[in-house]
Amino acid sequence: MLVKRSPDLKYSDVTPRDIYLNRRKFLYGMGLAGGLAMAGKSLVDLVSPPVRAYASTKLQGVSGSPYNTTEKITAEQVVTTYNNYYEFGTEKDQPSKNAQKFVTSPWSVSVEGEVAKPRKFTMDEILKLAPLEERIYRHRCVEAWSIVVPWIGYSFSTIAKLVEPNSNARYVAFESYFDRKQMPLWGLAGIGLPYVEGLRIDEAMHPLTLLCMGMYGETLPNQDGAPVRMVIPWKYGFKSIKSLVKIKFVKDQPPTTWNITNAHEYGFYSNVNPKVDHPRWSQAREVRLPGYFKITPTQMFNGYGDLVASLYNGMDLKKNY
Amino acid sequence: MNSILTNRWTKAVLFLICLVPAGVLIWEAITGGLGSNPTQFLEHATGDWTLRFVAITLSVTPLRKILGQPQLIRFRRMLGLFAFFYGFCHFSIYLTFDQVFDLHGIWADVMKRRYITVGFTGFVLMIPLALTSTAGWIRRMGGKRWAMLHRAIYLTAIAGVIHYYWLVKSDVHLPLEYAAVMAVLLGWRVYTHYAKPPRRAPAAIPARKEQTSVMQD
Repeated sequence: MLVKRSPDLKYSDVTPRDIYLNRRKFLYGMGLAGGLAMAGKSLVDLVSPPVRAYASTKLQGVSGSPYNTTEKITAEQVVTTYNNYYEFGTEKDQPSKNAQKFVTSPWSVSVEGEVAKPRKFTMDEILKLAPLEERIYRHRCVEAWSIVVPWIGYSFSTIAKLVEPNSNARYVAFESYFDRKQMPLWGLAGIGLPYVEGLRIDEAMHPLTLLCMGMYGETLPNQDGAPVRMVIPWKYGFKSIKSLVKIKFVKDQPPTTWNITNAHEYGFYSNVNPKVDHPRWSQAREVRLPGYFKITPTQMFNGYGDLVASLYNGMDLKKNY
Repeated sequence: MNSILTNRWTKAVLFLICLVPAGVLIWEAITGGLGSNPTQFLEHATGDWTLRFVAITLSVTPLRKILGQPQLIRFRRMLGLFAFFYGFCHFSIYLTFDQVFDLHGIWADVMKRRYITVGFTGFVLMIPLALTSTAGWIRRMGGKRWAMLHRAIYLTAIAGVIHYYWLVKSDVHLPLEYAAVMAVLLGWRVYTHYAKPPRRAPAAIPARKEQTSVMQD
């Protein structure tokens, strides 16, 4: 598909227009000198509290993807009001309410560890690294519900290759943003924070593994992991870590939040597998939201077996759940 | 106060109030207000209301004694039956939407998954209580035996809280709140059972005999 993208995507393209204009007005009002004298961060703080900085901004020049499922896309309203984002509350409807004021700009992601060229990427840079693709994936939660989401991003391998992982890099560790002030319900989450996740290097470099900056044609809403998250469609949803701030290439298998919380129930791999039950419920079927009946058969690797099953050749997936 | 409690309309009004949660859920189901995962919403709501009605039922006796309002007993059977009603809805939703009438699957769940084992036990224990809730059954069974049987509600209360505690993924503060309420309600019974009335001089009138009416517990 033809990729039409402006070669010089600017911060202002991403910040919602009204806010951007407000900022300009604000600067005029202050006098340019006064504005410049202020620290950049406090300026952002002044302007950003009532906004969702990266959310709800249209992403331009998004191309399609051969990985797209033809299944019916779940309504955006369903996806954006039913979230597991424990930093903003453990009830499904809490993140969409409590994350409204989450400040996601400025934002940068540090990519480090066993790499030749560690560096920090700003959101501007991340959005420019490669053409954005829409990836319509099935998303299967470990709680036996599923949705079909048109994510926007590009393969994680794109950013990984830029930092040149060395031969010691056998795993990738991911870390979410964590701020007690912005996430006052963190204490009730019952999980250790910041949220951490991990993948084996070959899983991370698989083209299906998505570095995701948007959905439904726009930047990510805060409750869905703004401004940048991972999406690994053949694994249970909790592997797809939200609001990424750190990516570290490491030698040993990194700790992962749900595995730390309850190793008996949540393994490192957590591949979608209808034959391996969660200790407390069957994984054989799922409810496709917003439906009532749990009648959709769960597929091995969430239906991505053709593409990923070979990653696990010779592995006992009952043991490595 | 007493006139309200003994008024024949009070019970009818209370009956309608107890139906409000079910009415709201039905209304939300019709108007699409159950959110993105309606089945889970219904399961959680009916589970919550089951626990609440068990707690409300268990608070009738302590309130009667503490407030000195014996008339409150008039409402206990109905409240208990509403606990059963919401428990029945809870189970039926699981049966219909989650298991899609797969009785085999339900039995596998009951045997295999301890939170379902304990929840199912709590529900099943309410069935004989609901069936024997009539005056006729009290007569047939005899007050003492009837009261013994109906103490099974204590087990339902405990089972319900454990069911909830075991089912949440990590945030246990809500199940613990229910646990605290049930602990107070059951603890009060243990306390009043064992707390001996202060000894009086032998000449005094014999201590008031514990009322043994079947409606006491």
